[in-house]
Amino acid sequence: MIIDHLVRQSFAAAAPALTRRRFAAMTVGGSVGLALLPPWVCAQPKADVPPGQKPTEQPSAFVTIAPDGTTTVICNRMDMGQGIETALAMVCAEELGADWAKVKTGFGTAAPNYIDPMFGMHLTGGSNSVKNSYTQYRELGARTRAMLLAAAAKRWSVSASSLSASNGVVRGAGRSATYGELFDAAMKEPIPEQVTLKDPKDFQLIGKPTGLKVSRAKSSGQQIYGMDIRLPNMLVAVIAHPPVFGAKVKAFDADAARKVPGVRAVLPVELDRGGRGVAVAAGGYWPAKTARDALKPEWDTEGLEKVDSAKQLAQYRELARSIGAPAPGASFRADVSRIAAAPHRIEAEFVFPYLNHAQMEPLACTVDLKDDRCDIYTASQMPGVDAMAIGKSTGLAPEHVHIHVQMGGGGYGRRAVPTSDYLLESVSVAKALVAAGQRAPVKVIWSREDDLRAGYYRPFTVHRAEIGFDAQGNVLGWDHRIVSQSIMVGTSFEAFMVQEGVDATAIEGMREPYDVPMRLQVHHPKVNVPVLWWRSVGSTHTAFVMETLIDEIADATQQDPLAYRLKLMGDDPKHARHRAALQLAADKAGYGRKQLSAGMHWGIAVHESFQSVVAYVIEAGLKDGKPVIGAVNAGVHCNLCVNPRTVEAQVFGAATMALSTTLPGAAITFKDGVVEQSNFGDYTVARLTDMPKVDVHIVPSGDPPKGMGEPGLPPFAPALANALRRASGKAQRELPLRFA
Amino acid sequence: MATTFMLNGKSVSVDADASTPLLWTLRDHLGLTGTKFGCGMALCGACTVHMNGAAVRSCITPLSAVAGAQVRTIEAQPTDPVGRAVIDAWVKNDVAQCGYCQSGQVMSAVALLQKNKRPNDAQIDAAMAGNICRCGTYQRIRAAIHDAAHALA
Repeated sequence: MIIDHLVRQSFAAAAPALTRRRFAAMTVGGSVGLALLPPWVCAQPKADVPPGQKPTEQPSAFVTIAPDGTTTVICNRMDMGQGIETALAMVCAEELGADWAKVKTGFGTAAPNYIDPMFGMHLTGGSNSVKNSYTQYRELGARTRAMLLAAAAKRWSVSASSLSASNGVVRGAGRSATYGELFDAAMKEPIPEQVTLKDPKDFQLIGKPTGLKVSRAKSSGQQIYGMDIRLPNMLVAVIAHPPVFGAKVKAFDADAARKVPGVRAVLPVELDRGGRGVAVAAGGYWPAKTARDALKPEWDTEGLEKVDSAKQLAQYRELARSIGAPAPGASFRADVSRIAAAPHRIEAEFVFPYLNHAQMEPLACTVDLKDDRCDIYTASQMPGVDAMAIGKSTGLAPEHVHIHVQMGGGGYGRRAVPTSDYLLESVSVAKALVAAGQRAPVKVIWSREDDLRAGYYRPFTVHRAEIGFDAQGNVLGWDHRIVSQSIMVGTSFEAFMVQEGVDATAIEGMREPYDVPMRLQVHHPKVNVPVLWWRSVGSTHTAFVMETLIDEIADATQQDPLAYRLKLMGDDPKHARHRAALQLAADKAGYGRKQLSAGMHWGIAVHESFQSVVAYVIEAGLKDGKPVIGAVNAGVHCNLCVNPRTVEAQVFGAATMALSTTLPGAAITFKDGVVEQSNFGDYTVARLTDMPKVDVHIVPSGDPPKGMGEPGLPPFAPALANALRRASGKAQRELPLRFA
Repeated sequence: MATTFMLNGKSVSVDADASTPLLWTLRDHLGLTGTKFGCGMALCGACTVHMNGAAVRSCITPLSAVAGAQVRTIEAQPTDPVGRAVIDAWVKNDVAQCGYCQSGQVMSAVALLQKNKRPNDAQIDAAMAGNICRCGTYQRIRAAIHDAAHALA
């Protein structure tokens, strides 16, 4: 997501030409992590450290092999269902020559070993995990294997080159020893500088569809999540959050709350965005929640903006008609004066609502605050950033804040918060308990309503486009404006992610892969609603706008939408992956060959996000005013695919989440500053009965792998909308879709 | 006042307010965290357990309603013939992504297969529509239920 842009902007052009070592040194010098965070958080040594000596290159921090051969590979990311703990273990085990049946997975900590080796900070996000740690984990596996060979060679007084190692056993000189037997001695061997990596044609694990190591635990209730943490003498707390963001509690009925049996404390607490609320702590969730609901708090909302969605829409529409900040880069500053005289014109306005992440595990964070340290148990995507914020809040040095990263029950961006909102609020509760003489570990739980109403959201966004084109579909000018709150302004990422007043996350996905003369301007209104990235971030709206408008131009000029897209892309090699993904999806769908049943129509879309490309070909129609979806075929280009089983799952998931955005009720709206929705009854997410079958097809490639956590989402809704435009005769220009 | 019921085949007695939902009784009083909290309003199915053989949402089932009942949770499924078949099918199909909703999904699927040995897609829809999976594992859930039915036949 965020950092992805930065690396692209700062390093991507130079990186391929550099040696790995040079690139690492450069990354350290200019990394976002280093600039944002103190050295201990991103403690890659600055000097010319020999290969193999950096914290991220230490086999002992990542691989443990027990005498019985059980091989534990530590994952340097948070896993929230994307399967990264299995993917990185596969990559490491491939080069290690481990027996996959004996491989287990575990998670790292906020120690320097577990930073992203490219960014120099702890980060799970931006579909970056496989992309940035693929070579790292191959080398970790290869170094561990070399050290096992060296230990065996020493034991048997032979040369290491006369030995072989595979499937957890070192063999040679007429002898053999298991990795488990050799591991302790191996870890005393020097870490080799140079290791030879396998020829990809010899891969046994990478590229093979592989189930998650945690699959059985997750299917039988044994997997522990942050919500499930239990510490001795732990209290459970629930917070009364202000209904308007930033409001402060004036009065509350503490007595009513204290009357609930089991309640231990009723305390005012400082909250996110300058707000002040009330926390109720008890022996369990139910008494805490019951007492919280008895508080009847009154709120001071003076001076706070009280957002009203209808007014906000009108305001955004006005803004979309006025000059905004020019998006950076020549490709967004084209001359659009030919629109006025163009033979064909489209004027279009698009509206996208605020969206809640609605991960199935509501936010929960356990805090064990002591005088000299603070232990935190939660699923955090940025434990280094969070430890910094908690250090500041508690007065502890950040290295005394220990974040124990838990398995996340979904995330989609909600657990990577530049403001560390839910962690700081939980710490606020722990501090209030200590101040009240009730020091105890405390698990703060958000009810579903709290999670849905207390922020953060995908920004409410309006697009406006004026396009002029000729009868052949040549775009003569494309004048475009985006109105959306900035996610980055006011955060520590602003310096990198906001250029010339334009937030990169608001415009990502615009224009590409179509070389059209575009003028793009942006407005970032300040609104009293906290916003955050939401799976695929800016592409959640830019892909919809681009792919529905391109489709309309194809229709307006009587061109096949697939052929028109391919024509616009031409034979430019930088769009080869787009063409391959689109063509694969079309071929598998039988596009152009298959006769659709009456009332069904084709819809296609293709979009690159986070350096992977996904295309959908969808068959859909309308029945009794409601969408009916037939076959769905996805074409995926993510370069080398480490685990096709997981990539397929990520596309299923992204498509489901995208379908959710099209369904009636998939919107967060405001009245008098208060979120109008409260739970799954009035905030729609897709159910099993909504979901069509999706067939996922992966373009074969041996190029360095890219991520797939997000790219499956953006093109789904526009492909569906394109089919439904043909069915209804009406352009779909808002989400959720409406057919009234 | 203590409430007594059968939990996974054993008698348990819980001293908690009778209005406490079974979900929080299981999680906070009995330490069984396999049953998940998702919505608190019977809207998502993450907290699904079996009461006297039927799938119920434990987040809205008060302890008072459980007195004397037979309650079975996800923790008992690995040793239940249908439960084991469903879990095996879940693993074979790599259903779980984040996995948080899967205890409830498995419990709904087991309840379905205990009553209907060969459910068709429409029957699966009817039994599973109340269980939300935000990760979007629905396609593999459907395949896994068919697989489990096949394995049990």
